[in-house]
Amino acid sequence: MGQLAAIYRKELQHYFQSMTAYVMIGGFLALSGYFFFSVFRYYNYLSYQAGRQPYIGETLNLIEGVMRPLMGNMSVVLLFVLPLLTMRLFAEEKKQGTFELLLTYPLSDFAAVMGKYLAALTVFAVMIAGTLLYPAMLAIFSNPEPGPVVTSYLGLFLMGTSFIAMGIFFSSLTTSQIVAGAATFGVSLFFLVIGWAAPFAGPTVGKIIAQSSLLDHYDSFSKGVISLPDVTYYVFLTAFFLFMTLRSLESSHGRS
Amino acid sequence: MIQVENLTKRYGATIGVTNLDFRVEKGEVLGFLGPNGAGKTTTMKMLTCYLSPTSGTAKVCGFDILDQSMEVRKRIGYLPERNPLYGDMTVHGYLDFVARVKGVKPSARRGEIDRAIERCGLEEVPRRTIGKLSKGYQQRVGIAQATLNDPEILILDEPTLGLDPKQIIDIRRLIRNLGGEKTVILSSHILPEVSQVCNRVIIINRGELVAADTPENLRSRLATSSIVRVALRDEGDVLARAERILAKIDGVVAIREKPREHGMGAFMVDCAPARDIREEIARSLVAEGLPLLELHREELSLEEIFLQLVTEEVS
Repeated sequence: MGQLAAIYRKELQHYFQSMTAYVMIGGFLALSGYFFFSVFRYYNYLSYQAGRQPYIGETLNLIEGVMRPLMGNMSVVLLFVLPLLTMRLFAEEKKQGTFELLLTYPLSDFAAVMGKYLAALTVFAVMIAGTLLYPAMLAIFSNPEPGPVVTSYLGLFLMGTSFIAMGIFFSSLTTSQIVAGAATFGVSLFFLVIGWAAPFAGPTVGKIIAQSSLLDHYDSFSKGVISLPDVTYYVFLTAFFLFMTLRSLESSHGRS
Repeated sequence: MIQVENLTKRYGATIGVTNLDFRVEKGEVLGFLGPNGAGKTTTMKMLTCYLSPTSGTAKVCGFDILDQSMEVRKRIGYLPERNPLYGDMTVHGYLDFVARVKGVKPSARRGEIDRAIERCGLEEVPRRTIGKLSKGYQQRVGIAQATLNDPEILILDEPTLGLDPKQIIDIRRLIRNLGGEKTVILSSHILPEVSQVCNRVIIINRGELVAADTPENLRSRLATSSIVRVALRDEGDVLARAERILAKIDGVVAIREKPREHGMGAFMVDCAPARDIREEIARSLVAEGLPLLELHREELSLEEIFLQLVTEEVS
């Protein structure tokens, strides 16, 4: 446990002592701030219209009008940001040769992987915690339903855990950070949009495809529902890639 | 301390090492000698549990490198080739990290780090960033991290590679000092280094063990034939006459002429085993009135032994 904490500490230190964490958190917050601004402006415009044409007002609410589009945009930004966060975790160590030294310490592979994983997860958590400002502002000036806000953040967090798990896996496969980042980006984008193919595939295959989509499983969270299959999906995806990372480490030293 | 039995590593069809068999006793400083690509690093990587052997096994402090790798890793300090470090950390920060990862107890951590810093002469730089230190200091940091948690065995892969002569002397002294209390295996392709630092040498070539002995024993074992250097003043036909005379002496096996310089010519005379023919050479040359300047029996250096062993192996 202490060893896992040592890895965690070192990775977190690296994120915050180099510019990495600040650039990413700052960039992410700036972009999501812009999205909040434009989504909110549009919502404002619609409310103004609703004053004159009441039928518009019937469908208007803060969750559907602001939070859902905002979270949707943030998940796409995460798709770009998280691979940048995870790509160096193992690739850099492999390139520098410190990977070899790390594996000759009396340290379990599990501790090495989890320490790094949790460090990236922490930076990610700080990142999305910063965006809680937007629903907080909504709550000050209006009264959005708290339930869907909480569940959509839970969903976003779970989605992030799977992106990060994929990222750490690809980082453990290569010595090149670029390759690790690009592969993570490609695969997570694929998982995000795979659902688009579902309507055109047959009934069986279509169902499988729809069930594999990162985006489809997010939908219920954004509506305020926590459903077991959706939570299971993200937990499974995360566990699967973390397990694959362990296997990848094991294959590089070949001991059990 | 270390028993290696039939250790073999193949990378696909390429052979890393084959059937290595050797032992290392407690407190020994063992030198691993061989040309580049001979399998030194591969063997070290297997002993540190980074690579697993294709067949055969090794026991470190009685623990098997495959089945009890965690126990083995607790007892080994390792300095890999090219000394990989986290360049953006400070010396103290890095040693603190390594101490934590090696599982040093929190109460003992501070003492361990201070001891490593002191032992490796890092007192002046603990707050400096590793990436900005000189190579010599970086090497000390690498050795310091290996000695953390007080391992019984140190495995150092090319510890003096790429250092300047003064740094090399410092690092060698450091290793010799460590040798008393710990068992050390170091690899090198620099021969004087091995003969200075190690009490036993293992020579490997093309993945096979060629010889294992103390540097002195290796020297005497291989010094079956001796070489005598004969130098004469280079004037007229002196050298040609001298060569004819030398060739006639009983016990001379071969004569090689060295390049002439400073008005002097020299021959390296290979003599038959176990015969001292220096006297005879001197007498016959002087009897002919040739200007003999030097007569000297050459000791076999470790370099020559090494070359002899390695080339024998190839042919």
